[in-house]
Amino acid sequence: MASKILKKPDSFFESFSRRSGPDKVSTHYCPGCGHGVLHKLIAEAADDLGIQDRCVFINPVGCSVFAYFYLDFGNIQVAHGRAPAVATAVKRVHPHAIVISYQGDGDLAAIGGNNILQAANRGENITVFFVNNAIYGMTGGQLAPTSLIGQRTATTPRGRSAENDGYPMRVCELLATLEGPTYIERTSLRTPKLTQKTRKAIRKALQYQMENRGFSLVEILSPCPTGWKVDPVKSLDWMEQQLEAYFQLGVFKDVGDERPAKADPERDLWSANYGTAIDLPTDLDAKLPEASPAPKYRNPSLKIAGFGGQGVLLLGYTLAEAGMLSGYHVTWIPSYGPEMRGGTANCQVGISEERIGSPIVSNPSVLIATNLPSMDRFEPEIREGGLLLYDRSLIDRKPNRTDIESIAIPATSVADELGNSRAANMVMLGAYIGKTGLLSRESVMEALDLVIKRKNLIDLNIKAIDKGIEYGRGAR
Amino acid sequence: MARQLIKGNEAVVKGAILAGCRYFFGYPITPASEIAHAAALYMPEVGGTFIQAESEIAAIQMVYGAACAGARVMTASSGPGISLKCEGISYMAGAELPGVIIDVMRGGPGLGNIAPDQGDYNQIVKGGGHGNYHVIALAPNSCQEMCDLTALAFDLADKYRNPVVVLSDAFIGQMMEPVEFPEARPAPPEKPWRVGGTRETRNNLVTSIEMVPEEQEEHVRHLIRKYDEVEENETRHETYKVDGADTLLVGYGVVSRVLQSAVDQAREQGMNVGLFRPITLWPFPKEELRALARKVNRIHVVEMSFGQMVDDVRLTVGSDAKVDFYGRYGGVVPSVEEILDNVLAPTEV
Repeated sequence: MASKILKKPDSFFESFSRRSGPDKVSTHYCPGCGHGVLHKLIAEAADDLGIQDRCVFINPVGCSVFAYFYLDFGNIQVAHGRAPAVATAVKRVHPHAIVISYQGDGDLAAIGGNNILQAANRGENITVFFVNNAIYGMTGGQLAPTSLIGQRTATTPRGRSAENDGYPMRVCELLATLEGPTYIERTSLRTPKLTQKTRKAIRKALQYQMENRGFSLVEILSPCPTGWKVDPVKSLDWMEQQLEAYFQLGVFKDVGDERPAKADPERDLWSANYGTAIDLPTDLDAKLPEASPAPKYRNPSLKIAGFGGQGVLLLGYTLAEAGMLSGYHVTWIPSYGPEMRGGTANCQVGISEERIGSPIVSNPSVLIATNLPSMDRFEPEIREGGLLLYDRSLIDRKPNRTDIESIAIPATSVADELGNSRAANMVMLGAYIGKTGLLSRESVMEALDLVIKRKNLIDLNIKAIDKGIEYGRGAR
Repeated sequence: MARQLIKGNEAVVKGAILAGCRYFFGYPITPASEIAHAAALYMPEVGGTFIQAESEIAAIQMVYGAACAGARVMTASSGPGISLKCEGISYMAGAELPGVIIDVMRGGPGLGNIAPDQGDYNQIVKGGGHGNYHVIALAPNSCQEMCDLTALAFDLADKYRNPVVVLSDAFIGQMMEPVEFPEARPAPPEKPWRVGGTRETRNNLVTSIEMVPEEQEEHVRHLIRKYDEVEENETRHETYKVDGADTLLVGYGVVSRVLQSAVDQAREQGMNVGLFRPITLWPFPKEELRALARKVNRIHVVEMSFGQMVDDVRLTVGSDAKVDFYGRYGGVVPSVEEILDNVLAPTEV
């Protein structure tokens, strides 16, 4: 094999200047190791396909961590097992790059098992070269997910047992069950003939990526005499008799023809087109109330509480939005946690002429309660001299406090008369602004436009607010 | 004036897009998920990419990959997810990759809960991942700052080739406030070191491994020089009514909002109280705090943790002022009233 290659391919460095130490000519791989051969096959393929400049090579953790000593591509070294995730992102940023994820068995099938599975399942348009030598080489010959039953390793000194360690994992067969991948083949480096097959598989996988046909993985059975603790000749026997017997060679999936060649997707690293993502801000033309509210109603801290589904969060959101449109500082915070998912819900709203410090409303100056549990729970917290508005259609008791101002609004009945009891929240909102004069009707109408997603409901809400305003003014 | 009432979590994404971020890789987690929701909605509209990764670990590694490729890129999570991302953050720091990570802190340890907390301070500010590194940590206290500091995070990340964390909390993330959007950044700087699948970038290598100890030591020295420069240039803080104060409250994030109200109420009661709020948690605004510490008798640090930033305050002020600590945790946000009653009042009698 070696005699065939008279000249190093261009994609292979002439001198290994990234290697520390004086030796810039030989690789760091052990005698009989398959990595060097495989590197050259990849480099030759890149030369012949004319893609050297486009190649981005992902260097894994394992013996091939320093593949960048040898391969004259753009190089990225990554964390253990994560090469497919990194490759995914590089490819998404640069669709024209030819992204090669080069991984060993521990890296790909153990610590990075989910990453390869998911990249394959997404059908990422990348090429994975999976070097299976059934052992952890770099860390000193430990058990790999692909180590064979009975195989002695540093961490299976009595041999791999199915009871303790499970069975060797057949990655190609596993990934071939997925829809995502385009091409999956297992080859070997055991003989020159098999190496020629590997050479072809590498080229096919890279060709597919160049044509945007999707995810390819070539698993290469590769000798590791050092890790297997045998001489290079015996290692080839073991490959033939054991490794290739368990890991059968062949094509497990090839649907390249069904996924026709495509042009590279367009990708802008930068565009000044913000779409609707940013073009949402409202141009403010402060919508001040007709008359300034009485001092006791200025700068309110509101708590708005009821059952989930009564629209209390929306009520608060609309008030905050109208507050902002009127030129106030505002804050809105929801109650969260289990409360939000059924049971009672509440939100806290601050509307202030000054910058708001704490957005937390522990003692509200205004409580809007739309069910009895909320009134029971929060009535005691209202500030002395504060304001309570409650839906008397649903709350059949009078307030206990005598040191606050209380207004009972038949909100649900009014909403029912308008044709939809769910508009009760807007009746309460109207009552609040009618009573206090804090916000103009105009600001609330404009806020509705911003917060109501279903535009056919806006008319109903406007009617509900107007009814509420009447009740609120009546209670002045 | 153009403003929008939005959640802090959504403001993050808009700030990121205006800063030129076009790539978001994330994994769902409460209370940070709205960031992913907004990114999934908006990124494709601006020619960008959103991927819901298979795990928190994959998400940060996708950030690593897009950063290698030269893109402005981000992810977002909360404590349990940030713990998983720490591996990737360490690799990014080692390989000197810019990227932005949002941590919307929730109650912990373990699964904890989804309420606001500040227990990730040590994880972010003191490390989290392995090895000798710092991330720049920015602590917003409003929806406006969720937008502005996220945008700033991208600039700092590129300027220093380092990951930047926006350390927020469930409160700021879930709250809605008006946000004024900044001007869109011009196209992000060209990154000659990126690996882009082109002839010009073919010789580039991004790596965090160096097997020769002396050479790794030189790399860490290089990082230290960079971190010195960050400390020199990038500390940010805010003070509130510190003139003539004899007592100083120190807090960040939503706590600083509570403390601001506490300062107002305490001053109405005749107490000379001021507020110091670090905006950068690393680099910690040491000099500015030290200068103030010399002018006050007492410092009260308030955190939603069992006492993490307080260590930095104590290291900073030494014996210049007495430092007390008041903490709530488990998802409990302290109220203005309890700051007045439990923190300020006892020292006044």
